[in-house]
Amino acid sequence: MNILVCVKRVRASGGTPQLSADGGGVDTRNLAFTVGPHEECAVEEAIRIAGDAGGRVTVLTAGPPEADEQLRYAISMGADHGVLVDTGDTELDPQATAAALADAIRTLEADGATFDLIMFGNESPDAGHYQVGIRVACALSRAMVGGVKGIDIDQADGRARFRREVPAGVEVYEAALPAAVGVKEGLNLPRYPSMRGRLRARKAEVRGIQPEVAPGTLRRIRLRHPEEAGTQTVVLGHGADAAPAVVDLLEELEVV
Amino acid sequence: MNTKTLPERADVVVVGAGIVGNSLVYHLADQGWDNIVLIDKGPLPDPGGSTGHASNFIFPVDHSKEITDLTLDSMHQYAKLGVLTTSGGIEIARTEEREEELRRRMASATSWGIDAELVSAARVAELVPFVNRDIIRLGFWTPSAAVVDPLQAGALMREQASDIGNVTISAQTEVLDIETERGEVTKVRTSAGDIETSTVVVACGVWSPRIARMAGATIPLTPLVHQMIDAGPIPELAATGVEIAYPIIRDMDTLMYERQNGPDLEIGSYAHRPILHDPDDIPSLAAAQLSPTQLPFTAPDFDPQMEDALQLFGSILDREDVGVRHAINGLLSFTPDGGPALGETPEVRGLWSAAAVWIKEGPGVGRMLAEWMTHGAAEIDLHAADIARFYPNQRTPAHIRARANEGFNKIYGIVHPREQWESARGARRSPFYAREQALGAEFFEVGGWERPHWYESNRHLLEEMAEAGHQSVQDRPHEWDQRWWSPIINAEHLAMRERVAMIDLSAFAHFDVAGPGVVDYMQKMIVAQADRPVGRLIYTPVLAPNGGFRSDLTVIRLDDDRYRVITGGSDGARDRAWFSRNLPSDGSATLTDLTSAVCTLGLWGPRARDVLSAVTDDDVSGESFKFATARHITIGTIPVLALRVSYVGDLGWELHAPFEQGLALWDIIAEAGAPYGIVPAGIGVYGTTGRMEKGYRLMGAELTSEYTPVDADLGPRKIKDADFIGKEGYLRAREHERIAVMCTLTVDDHRDSLGTRRFPQGGEPILTPHGERIVDRLGRPSYVTSAGSGPSVGAYLLMAYLPVEHAVEGNRLLVQYMGERYPVTVARAGRTPLFDPDDTRMKA
Repeated sequence: MNILVCVKRVRASGGTPQLSADGGGVDTRNLAFTVGPHEECAVEEAIRIAGDAGGRVTVLTAGPPEADEQLRYAISMGADHGVLVDTGDTELDPQATAAALADAIRTLEADGATFDLIMFGNESPDAGHYQVGIRVACALSRAMVGGVKGIDIDQADGRARFRREVPAGVEVYEAALPAAVGVKEGLNLPRYPSMRGRLRARKAEVRGIQPEVAPGTLRRIRLRHPEEAGTQTVVLGHGADAAPAVVDLLEELEVV
Repeated sequence: MNTKTLPERADVVVVGAGIVGNSLVYHLADQGWDNIVLIDKGPLPDPGGSTGHASNFIFPVDHSKEITDLTLDSMHQYAKLGVLTTSGGIEIARTEEREEELRRRMASATSWGIDAELVSAARVAELVPFVNRDIIRLGFWTPSAAVVDPLQAGALMREQASDIGNVTISAQTEVLDIETERGEVTKVRTSAGDIETSTVVVACGVWSPRIARMAGATIPLTPLVHQMIDAGPIPELAATGVEIAYPIIRDMDTLMYERQNGPDLEIGSYAHRPILHDPDDIPSLAAAQLSPTQLPFTAPDFDPQMEDALQLFGSILDREDVGVRHAINGLLSFTPDGGPALGETPEVRGLWSAAAVWIKEGPGVGRMLAEWMTHGAAEIDLHAADIARFYPNQRTPAHIRARANEGFNKIYGIVHPREQWESARGARRSPFYAREQALGAEFFEVGGWERPHWYESNRHLLEEMAEAGHQSVQDRPHEWDQRWWSPIINAEHLAMRERVAMIDLSAFAHFDVAGPGVVDYMQKMIVAQADRPVGRLIYTPVLAPNGGFRSDLTVIRLDDDRYRVITGGSDGARDRAWFSRNLPSDGSATLTDLTSAVCTLGLWGPRARDVLSAVTDDDVSGESFKFATARHITIGTIPVLALRVSYVGDLGWELHAPFEQGLALWDIIAEAGAPYGIVPAGIGVYGTTGRMEKGYRLMGAELTSEYTPVDADLGPRKIKDADFIGKEGYLRAREHERIAVMCTLTVDDHRDSLGTRRFPQGGEPILTPHGERIVDRLGRPSYVTSAGSGPSVGAYLLMAYLPVEHAVEGNRLLVQYMGERYPVTVARAGRTPLFDPDDTRMKA
């Protein structure tokens, strides 16, 4: 049961992104980077499945050379291999990203790798196009289910069941392996990497792939901050005198 | 507590609500200040500075008395606020070298009166059962080590300050500008309105340089990264149910610490590469992901430390379900010498710095600074923390960055008391530098100046002096004792005593003060009578308003309305700030800094007069040119101000010459001295051996603000009528019964238990014959203030203040050094020198 997880290097949450001078991007000085929460769950799930069923977990990213950090993070959690498709510093559109990933997967498969399941985060926390997973699955002619919050593998049958929450209840899909899946946060509680894992990741070898990327057709024109909503602090009172006002407010908020 | 509108006027505006600003505001209110404003650009209670992410533990013992005293005062305050949890702490040694360092720490603990104990690996494992005892050689156990909550302490201090006085606290208020007029603070412009004030305190941690710059002042520090991680959950720690149940471990050899933090183990490091930041590049509150001073963790820098931590705490850390849950690059402040930057900035009157302070010193710094701002002096001597100690060259970004890069890994390092910096050297060179280099000078640095400490060219003297039977020219057998030292120093000393030596003293600071009001001004500044005849040399204490020492220096009456002030290289910047700050506001006296215009060559020894008379036509005979006078003489084409004075106890002069003629002066003296066997001698002679044989006190060692001229036997017998700064305190000290006496002691037996001859280096405790600590009636401990050879008196000398009952010549005591005790004898109590007690040589 070999699993491939595709991840994206994105800025960590917290703070207001500072736009670069031309408004074309985000000023990345002093920023921490991570993989999105959906993808962290994907990595965690892959490690669990491979741990139960036996098999290897490969983590793949298309991005700048610095995305090596995210691959090693996944390895420190327990993934076995990392593959970096170096697409340079310019962010690609979903079409180009998917093409680069699909090409890389074909390359890995040509080299003898097999992936029973290809996992994606449902969408990236920064661009949020909801496209890359579907495009890759499509390019590789695999079944794809998005929005998944539960995965059961039936290895004997070569099938997987995917659960996802909908307003009316839970939908369950079944697909033959190999398949692809887009997962959502809540699928599991991702582990923190152990210290030993961190050291393992430092020494792990990350395979680099130099892609030939055709530029996508989607272009970002500019970023801007929304109008500031503005918050105001109202002092309800001091000490015990504040109690009635607090109660009123809680009632108003329908908390009590 | 008024948290709404800012007043239009304030007596003081404190910028920064970290532990230092909060403490300061409380203590200012306590000292009776009214109309205090505290602002911070961040929100309360955690505005986002270093206070908010510090690891919050305190080990009280430091080799520095000043830092230890500030720490003890802070612990007392934290405890009083109920935010101190005593956990105990152990510094462990993995190496033999560190074992020695822990023994040295033990001496400092005894000197400063802190309960501590050297313990075995087994005992460490008893106290902290999770450590790998196999790699531990020795532990230094401090039962009083503790963790504190500085944010809660700050909140309580703000509250208490508001209870006492009129305090306005304004969070999320940014300083936009600090306006000055004629070098004095007049106004603070903030995002919440302008405040007129004459006093602003910059307690802004890593942002301090930015804020000070608005007023035109420098606070020489750089933000620098300290990495830390939290690993957990660890069931054994979680089971304690408290924040900290086990002693904190400092793994000194790996430059790391590990402390319990609830269910996690926090691991911090000072071992990674120095990572410096620019104060202008710290992210804003809005942009910061965690906080402006908690920057993204750079994992590769920490990886080697993880291995070290796993080695020591593998039993609880090396588990797959113990994860790294939190990891940051935390910013802290670092000055070029690693000390705090406290006091009024020399550039702008009314602008105070309260920066580069650790959590362990914060409350104490607040209290001391409040005393300083109120009374002009603080209970704890702060001369080594005084921001005015930095010369202009030491305030440059190049210097700050170089020294921070070098100093960061010394935080947990083993730093020899004489250790020299490697970076940013050669900033200031005397005109003799080229000659000194050619003579193989070993340069030590002071204030950026390169000063020869000894000369390899004098190595041949070792044999000569050994043949003459001088023991002191033997090498010291222990590497630590002879590090940054050479027996050549003692050979140079003996050559000076027998013949004559030339010593580069160009690091002296010189300022001329002149004007119609200068006599009154000098009377105010110095203890000695300033109204002396022209040409008279005056050696005098300079006191702080409380009567404690600020400095000791030489003053020459050059003319009716002109004096020259000459002071040591280490204190020149501080003294200049003090003399400038006290100039009369009516302009009747002005100060000109001549430091860069004047070089100084010392010429001392029984043949000094022969050498000098060979190069000048001026009369330098004893009848004409008397001791303690100065006059202009001519040497070749060089106009020289010659001072008949000595810090080494021999006949001779300081020759002050125009800087650009210094090289010529050196060559003339060297040539004329050759027939008399002249040797170049270094500061090892000037500052230690020659000085200590004469019992001369050194500023910062024997002379601190905690001692008065009475204790040091340096005050004049007759007190002048004129007022001077510190007079009241000084008179009070004279009226009291004598409490302590500065003494010179000799080491009677240098052999340790293995028979190796050891030499204390300074800072060690003096003990009674029964091994008890000695403390005077004011609580001041007896410790070695200076240590060094006395080659001409045939003894190794220690200086120390002793309570009167112990300050009896012939009294036998002990000194504790590297875990062993050595017998010592009080050789001199008071000012009378061991060598040439009647000063006949000097006055010949």
